[in-house]
Amino acid sequence: MNRVSFRAIHACIRRSLFILALIMLALTGATAAKAQGQSPVSAKSDLYAELGKVPAKAAARRNPLENDPDRVAAGRKLFELHCLECHGEAANGGKKGPSLRAPEVQQSTPGTLFWLLTNGVVRKGMPVWSKLPEPQRWQLVSYIKSLNDVPR
Amino acid sequence: MSVSAIVEFRNRNLCSAPSASFLIITLLLWLSGGSKPLWAQENPYFVSYDHYLEEPGNLEVEYFSTFGTQRAGNDFHAYWTEFEYGATAWWTTEFYLDAQSTFRDSTIFTGFRLENRFRLLQREHFINPVLYVEYEHTSGADKILKEVEGHDVESDYSDPNWLARQDHNHEIETKLLLSKTLKGWNVAENTIATKNVSPGEPWEFGYAVGVSRPLGLKASAKRCSFCPENFIAGLEMYGGLGDRYSFGLHQTSHYLAPVMAWNLPSDWTLRVSPVFGLNDNSHAFLIRWGVSREFSGFGEALARMFKPGRGGRE
Repeated sequence: MNRVSFRAIHACIRRSLFILALIMLALTGATAAKAQGQSPVSAKSDLYAELGKVPAKAAARRNPLENDPDRVAAGRKLFELHCLECHGEAANGGKKGPSLRAPEVQQSTPGTLFWLLTNGVVRKGMPVWSKLPEPQRWQLVSYIKSLNDVPR
Repeated sequence: MSVSAIVEFRNRNLCSAPSASFLIITLLLWLSGGSKPLWAQENPYFVSYDHYLEEPGNLEVEYFSTFGTQRAGNDFHAYWTEFEYGATAWWTTEFYLDAQSTFRDSTIFTGFRLENRFRLLQREHFINPVLYVEYEHTSGADKILKEVEGHDVESDYSDPNWLARQDHNHEIETKLLLSKTLKGWNVAENTIATKNVSPGEPWEFGYAVGVSRPLGLKASAKRCSFCPENFIAGLEMYGGLGDRYSFGLHQTSHYLAPVMAWNLPSDWTLRVSPVFGLNDNSHAFLIRWGVSREFSGFGEALARMFKPGRGGRE
């Protein structure tokens, strides 16, 4: 390759870096906007309060997979794939999500947890998980309810 | 053409070869530290949108291709790279870079798009609306066919690149995305209204509808590549609905497209979709494919870089 080609490649990389910088600037702005005025501690305790707002009919729903022997193992896999990032590896809570071993969560009915997973708490950062099919959400509920049976 | 002229042409066009730029940007992002790849449950749609937004703080890097047949013109390969970031649980923002190669013609960069999607309701309802607002700065040579609107017809894409790229589109595109998931089936309907901000250009309208379902609803207990729940299949239909002066199906194009997504446990999602034109105004056949990867914690990693006085550590 001749020197001119190297110059052309250098220009190409510079242009790519410039575009990348623009993307990063836009993303940083979005992140800063999100972070403004947010207190992680109060956000987490607010999330527990959401458990008390679940409609009674939804809270009374039973887990249709409660006799499925694979439900906890499958739920654990789904937790690692979708929830671990916010709630921590051992579900003890992370930077963004509260502990799922807390009494508020463990004393909730399966129906309550299912409803919260389905609807999220969008204004407090918990996404809607209805994109997971219903059986997968029940598998996740099974794993969450089993958390106090397994070591931290 | 002499050898020196060929070298000069090659060097002058190296960076305008969009695939090179796309590849470098994508590689830089994929190699950036601080973000972990994340397995995602991605829908299979190429054109339709459901109501699910990117998880907050996550970045999804996507590459899509459209190979198109062209009557009375040269076939083409159009492609775009998409950076999708979950700013909050109710707001997703995206940046697109578009390009195309027309066979027996040239390869050119055709523009960029900035897109935002806002979830309008906090909880899940019978129908879930999302507002979509996009700014497009593209040339007339853009062929990604990310949406079909107005009186878009196949013959619009037959001009040679040197001529088509002289047109510049500054468009505001709005969509109302309606979507619902029930018993594993997702149904999405998008209504499109687009305005080229140049004077005298009318509002144009279009639609996209999609339906899809995972092949398996329960997750298996172990990680696997070929488990049915990793595959999502569906069908899309999209087309134009004319403009404010001639609303309707007259002189519009419409497409029907089976779609399939494969969510791999190695953090990648592959998508493929053969597309069939439904009338004489449509391209007879397109084939689309895409590959994407999602990174969790990207927003936090980025924010740490700009946090003063903490040495980049928590």
